[in-house]
Amino acid sequence: MKAFLKFDFNVVTKKLLEEKLDGFGVKYNIVGFGEIEFLEEVKPEKMEEITALLNSYGIEIIENQKSILVQKIKDLITEIVFQENNLNVKSSVYLAEKLNHSYGYLSNLFSEVTYTSIENYIILQKIELAKHLIVNEKLSLTEIAYKLNYSSVAHLSTQFKNTTGITPSAFQRIIEQRRKIANEK
Amino acid sequence: MNKEYIHIILADDDEDDRLFFTDAFKELKISTKVNTFNDGVELMNYLNDPEAVLPNVLFLDLNMPKKNGIECLHEIKSNERFNDIAIAIYSTSSSEEDIEETFVSGANIYIKKPSDFTSLKKILSDVVSINWQYHTSGLNKDNFLLRL
Repeated sequence: MKAFLKFDFNVVTKKLLEEKLDGFGVKYNIVGFGEIEFLEEVKPEKMEEITALLNSYGIEIIENQKSILVQKIKDLITEIVFQENNLNVKSSVYLAEKLNHSYGYLSNLFSEVTYTSIENYIILQKIELAKHLIVNEKLSLTEIAYKLNYSSVAHLSTQFKNTTGITPSAFQRIIEQRRKIANEK
Repeated sequence: MNKEYIHIILADDDEDDRLFFTDAFKELKISTKVNTFNDGVELMNYLNDPEAVLPNVLFLDLNMPKKNGIECLHEIKSNERFNDIAIAIYSTSSSEEDIEETFVSGANIYIKKPSDFTSLKKILSDVVSINWQYHTSGLNKDNFLLRL
């Protein structure tokens, strides 16, 4: 028997951080997604232990300023992509305002660190969400296009094909077949 | 912890193709470390060594002597130790059926072998860059399908 799961990464991460940090007995405050403030001085040895434990869960403490800013851009993009209502403002303007840097600066920095542009990253994230909705929520392309603020189904399909090289229906067929095979094992 | 290079393995029996690939990787912006193998048996011997450093991306030629790309793909997919490796199949075939079958068998990327160096560089750069996003942004690898 198999069960298919849906995750809320915000909740999962927050709970995990709370459990693990409580285990170390340090005072902290989870400021937002991806930011923790320690309310006391943490000894380097203890910090090493915390870092190692978090690493084993795929959580990394970012040290360099550029990486921190890039992570903030990524978090905001996730927020933009996942929210149901249209922002009514261009993502470039939104990022620049939220992060207090010019878009030109953010965009250069992002490309330098991630090897892709902010625009491509947003498209990639949208298509990833579309994939998730096709596979896990069984939504139709019309519903997905509406949810992700595409002007039409054709626009979504074209962007899907341009990004992945395959059509949304081929993608759905492949994943279904994979699951069928996995279930037979 | 953040590995600043991508580890790549390439299995191809054609020496020219291997050279072509390694040269193309050298010219990319992302730093890569490339190991090559001449056939499927050599490749699987390496991977099955418990001490082996596993690659981020594995490029498999479909037609190889001794053990072909599809056989390697099935072996790799049946072993959980290899779950994190993104598998790129490349072949001269562009039959829709072949392509879908390799995806269903667990391949993440399907590349139709290009004939010139510039296109190869562009393709490899796309593969490595998208794989990097999966690697660093916590995207769901089960949904990672890419055809170039």
